[in-house]
This record gives sequence, structure tokens and C-alpha cells, in this order.
Amino acid sequence: MKKNISKKIYEIQKKIRIVEEKIASNYNQNRMRCPTHLSIGQESVAATSGLALSHNDISISYHRSHAHFLAKGGSSKKLFAELHGFDEGCSKGVGGSMHLIDLKNNFYGSTAIVSNSIPVGVGLAYSLKLAKKKNLVCIYIGDAAVEEGVFFESINFSVLKKLPVVFICENNFYSVYTHIKERQPKKRKIFKLASAIGATSHSFKQDNPFKLFQKFDELFKKIRKNPMTHFVEIETFRYLEHCGPNDDTSLGYRKLQEVKKWKKKDPLAFSRSYLTRNKILNKNQIEILDKKININVDKDFNFLSKLKKPKFKDIRKLVYKA
Amino acid sequence: MKTSYSQAINKALIEEMKRNKKLVCFGLGINDSLNFFGTTKGLEKKFGHDRVFETPTSENAMTGIGVGMSLNSNPCVMMHQRLDFFLLAMDQLVNSAAKWHFMFGGKKSVPITIRLVVGKGWGQGPTHSQSLQSWFSHIPGLKVVMPTFPKDAYNLLKKAIRDPNPVIFIEHRWLHNVEQETKKIKYKSTKYLPELISKGADFTAVSYSLSTIEMLSLKKMLNKNKVSFDLIDLKSIKPLNISIIKNSLKKTKKLLILDSISHPICSVGSEILSQLYREKNIKLIKPPILLTLPDVPTPTSTYYTKDFYIKKADIINNVSKLVGKKIKFVSNDSNLHDVPDSNFKGPF
Ligand SMILES: Cc1ncc(C[n+]2csc(CCOP(=O)(O)OP(=O)(O)O)c2C)c(N)n1
Ligand SMILES: [Mg+2]
Repeated sequence: MKKNISKKIYEIQKKIRIVEEKIASNYNQNRMRCPTHLSIGQESVAATSGLALSHNDISISYHRSHAHFLAKGGSSKKLFAELHGFDEGCSKGVGGSMHLIDLKNNFYGSTAIVSNSIPVGVGLAYSLKLAKKKNLVCIYIGDAAVEEGVFFESINFSVLKKLPVVFICENNFYSVYTHIKERQPKKRKIFKLASAIGATSHSFKQDNPFKLFQKFDELFKKIRKNPMTHFVEIETFRYLEHCGPNDDTSLGYRKLQEVKKWKKKDPLAFSRSYLTRNKILNKNQIEILDKKININVDKDFNFLSKLKKPKFKDIRKLVYKA
Repeated sequence: MKTSYSQAINKALIEEMKRNKKLVCFGLGINDSLNFFGTTKGLEKKFGHDRVFETPTSENAMTGIGVGMSLNSNPCVMMHQRLDFFLLAMDQLVNSAAKWHFMFGGKKSVPITIRLVVGKGWGQGPTHSQSLQSWFSHIPGLKVVMPTFPKDAYNLLKKAIRDPNPVIFIEHRWLHNVEQETKKIKYKSTKYLPELISKGADFTAVSYSLSTIEMLSLKKMLNKNKVSFDLIDLKSIKPLNISIIKNSLKKTKKLLILDSISHPICSVGSEILSQLYREKNIKLIKPPILLTLPDVPTPTSTYYTKDFYIKKADIINNVSKLVGKKIKFVSNDSNLHDVPDSNFKGPF
């Protein structure tokens, strides 16, 4: 793997982590007044798939989408502004954390109703096919999404029409406070379910982001060449509460032990030591890089203080396109 | 003793589960650590997870499954933490639950109660704040109730559960902590009828759910300004019985409908106005006032919701117009407009 790609893999993960931590540490100021689902712990999936997607590939996501948005090139400035409800936000503050968009980078949107964006992603892929474009649509979903009927209907159609779609299922084992074993049959793997419907299915691991990137990269190249519907399941873990900035182990729905186990194999920490171990960057260089990311994220966050409070009358006209 | 709305619901559920061993409750979050805003506390422990269970995120199927159980002698209470999530289930609600009794010649009915919670504030935004009572009311075969106070929530939930027909039971999230002084709550057989909850002379106010709380909160201040009003709390949207409204209007001849959790077109308020317009003996001396949300989806940003939701000042200015009197008041529409109290922090 090229050195600059390895560096990039680390950099994107780190940036997502820092952005999310910035949100978490400021959330209690009560200025980000919207339900906010953080991706801390799940960054490597977004970072590596985002990097493997080409500019003209499309991605679309669900309620936990900050990482996907950033990894496709979305601006942290616009993300912060969106969460704070400013007109300068990526959705003008109308949508909030759960409705992000960045058309410049072909991030077509994230939506808040479970599975809502799945058929939309398939539709986007159908248009790619009609236009004979050599690109793909990446549909990010959580583990609960496959419980909705619309998932089955959409993937069936996608397989039927040989659409260039890759589903990336971030299985973090929980839907809000409910473990997957209370929602889905114990021994049935999600990727096998997708395979039975006819999608080419894969189970990837997040622990080594560099390997993960290579797998995505190969897969996406294949899909661009030979349009087909693929499904990737990746087991991952969110470190913080389902919605909001806090640790929520005190609720008792998951054990501290479980959280610790996942934190111990943190993909970001792996990437960091990988860079030094393989002499891609030394400790000092990494620190400089981290500092640079931190400074930029701070700058993006501090820019908010200059913004004017928007008014309802300015968005009334958005209901219909003139 | 004080009982909160969520405690009242919890009590009703527990008692009905005891009373009818065949009753089943299910929904996302029903057995998690937060017990569905406290309303399902202790339910699973008391009645076991066969009768009280978590569901997959499968709203449409679970509604149909509830219909099936209801048809086969297991009445159901199904619940959704936001009404918006239930929109995935429109086929099973409208084509199955609502019509089953009619389309099979009255052979079997569907005793299912569907609890839906409406969100507001803290950026609930376009897809976590919809209150679609008007939609549901449009469907023959459904009943729609929206109690405001704990006692009514208790009585009407029990009534809904015992009803042999599908009932949509809509709870505004901001009502869950509303408390009411109660000695001992006991079931009082109720009807799906509005109630005159406060008497006055100058105009008739009609409201339901959270809007009744909003209207009631103005009473003292209006009284100080020598303005008094009849306040009618609808409680039941369908069936909708307007006799009590008619009686009040014969006295006051002035009407204000506060439909503040609904969009304007085909709203509960416009339905009431339409029914009144067709009445012989109703003569209003001022055009009636209907206050609703704008015909715009809920925005997320707190800067936008400030002017999206109806403010106290809006209501007062309209009352002033209606009664032809200047009203003095101190505006306390604080920047906390998007939370029910200062302790409330999103997201739910
Ligand atoms: C149709 C629908 N039902 C329920 C919800 C409530 N809800 C919000 S997030 C969520 C959890 C979904 O879990 P998963 O897909 O695994 O994503 P995760 O939050 O774990 O990232 C649920 C049930 C919703 N938004 N939409
Ligand atoms: Mg999950």
C-alpha cells in the first residue's frame, strides 16, 4: 500500500474521532439542540470505505452518519453549523444531525427513519445504470435496518436489476438499548441473509483498517467494472450512548466489560501504531499531524461564534421548489 | 397524592394486563432500561416476556402480527416512541386493522390499541415530531383518542384496550410529566366525549392534548384582564362529538380553536369548523379563530422552531382580537421554547 494512502487512512479516522469528540465535549452547552448519534468507535468503517469510494461514487446513510459524511469529503464546518442550527449548515439547519447532505461530494443524504434511505440508494443506482455510468452507490445501514421490510424489497430489486450497489452494514450489536439477540435469530448472520437474497456477501473486520481499506478498494473496483449488488457486514461498536454525548454503561443494558473489550482493540489506536511500526510516520510526525487536525477542527468549530441566528421566515419557502 | 401522565398509563397497562390474561403488549423499547418513558415499568417482570416483548424494527409487520393476534383472541397494545416510526405500518393499519370488521361482514373485529408518542423540541425536526391525528381520523374503522390529563389517560387507555375496535392512542411527549392531584385512581367508565374543563363567559376555547395545557396556562392571566372562557378539552378526536361545543357557543358566540400540534389543511380544527358551519342554531358574532402550525414541516434548528410553534403571545393577540379588548401580559416565551422544562435535555 502506498504510504500516502496509509497516512490518509489514519488521518480520516483521526479527524472523525476529533470532530465527534468536539461535539461530545460541547454538547452539554445546550447549543446543539438536536438528537445526535455519534460514531466514536465506528470510524474505521467510514474512513476506509469513504477513501475507497471515488468522487463520483454516491453514498447515502442513516441516523448515525457524521462519519460517513466526513469520510466522503463533507466539511466539518458545515457539520458543526448544522448541529448548531445555523443557515451555514449543510442542510441550512433545517435537518440537524440526522439529515446531512453534501452533493458536491456525492453524499446524497442521511435520514432518520430506520431503513428510509435504503430504497432511495437503490433508486440512485438505477439512475447510474440508465446513464451507463461506471460508478456505484454505497448504502450505509445499521444492524436494525435489516429488520424492516423495505430492506428486503430494496435489495431484491437491486439484485434483480444487477445494480451497482454496496450495502455496508455496521453491526454494532445494538438498536438503541436492545441487543441483536432479542431482535434477530441467534445463529443467523446478517451477511448470510443478504447472500440468500442473492447479493454477493462479505464479512469484513474493522480491526485492521489498512486491510479493510484494501478489501473495500478491491470490491468497489470490481463493482464499477461489473455492476452487481454486494453486501458487507462489519462488526463494530459505538463507545458512547445511542444518542447523545455520554457514556451510558450505567443504564445496565451493556456491560462495562463489553465496552472495554472493544476499546482495547480500537482501530484508531491500531492505525497509529501501524504507522510507526511500518515506519510510515514516526511518533513526532504523528503528533504534528494530530495537532494540525485539532487546530483545523477547532477553527471550524470556532467559526460558529461569528454566525447570525437564522429566522424561520427564511426557510418557509423551502417546502416547494419554485 | 400526585400522579403523572406516564404513571397513569403504567397503572392502566398493569391493571388491564391483570384483568385480561390474554392481553399482549409489545413495541420497541418496551423492556429497555428507560421503560418507554416510564410507562411500561415492571410490565415484563409482572407478566413475563411472552406477553410483554421487544420487537424487531419492523413496524408494518408487527402491526399486522398484532392484527392477527387480536383476531385470534389476544387483544394487543402496540407502542411506538414516535408516531413517525409508525408511518411504515400504514398498509396494515388502514387496509387490515381498520377494515377487517366491515369487509368480512362483521364476522370479527380487531381489538388493538396503538400508542403513539408525538415529539416536540430539542430538534425533533421533520421526522420525529409529526402529530397526524387528522390522517387517522379520516379512516373509517379507526378511533383516535388524545387525552390531556393523567386521569383521562388512565380511563381512556383502559377504555381503548377494552374496545373491540382498533384505537389510536396519541400521547404528546410533553404530557408524560404532567401531574394531577388524585386520591386513588379508579376506573370510571368513560365515553369518547369532550369535556368542559373550565367555565367562562367571553369566548369558547376548544383544544386537545398539549394545546389544552397551553390554553389552560393562560387562564389566570386572562382572568386578571377580566377575560374568561369556556375551555373544552376534546379528548376524543374520533368519534368527534361537538354538542358540548355547540352548547357553549350558544352562550359565548365566539370561538377560538387551538389546534397547535397540527398542520392547517384538513385539521381537527377545520373539521370542527366545518361541522359547526352546517349547524342551524350557531350564530357567531365574530369570525372564528383557528390556530395551527404553518403548512411547513417541522424544522430542526431551535432558531427556526421558535417561530414555527405557536407562542403564548400569538394566542393572546388572537384572544384580544376575538373579545375586542386590550390584554396586558408579560411575555415569558423564553428561549426555552423547545423544552417542556429546564431539566429536559434531548433527545427524547
Ligand atoms: C422506523 C423507525 N423505527 C424506530 C426508530 C427509532 N430508532 C432510532 S435509531 C434506532 C436504532 C437503530 O439501530 P441500528 O440500525 O442498529 O443503528 P445504530 O443506532 O446501532 O447505529 C431506532 C430503533 C426509527 N428511527 N425509525
Ligand atoms: Mg446497531
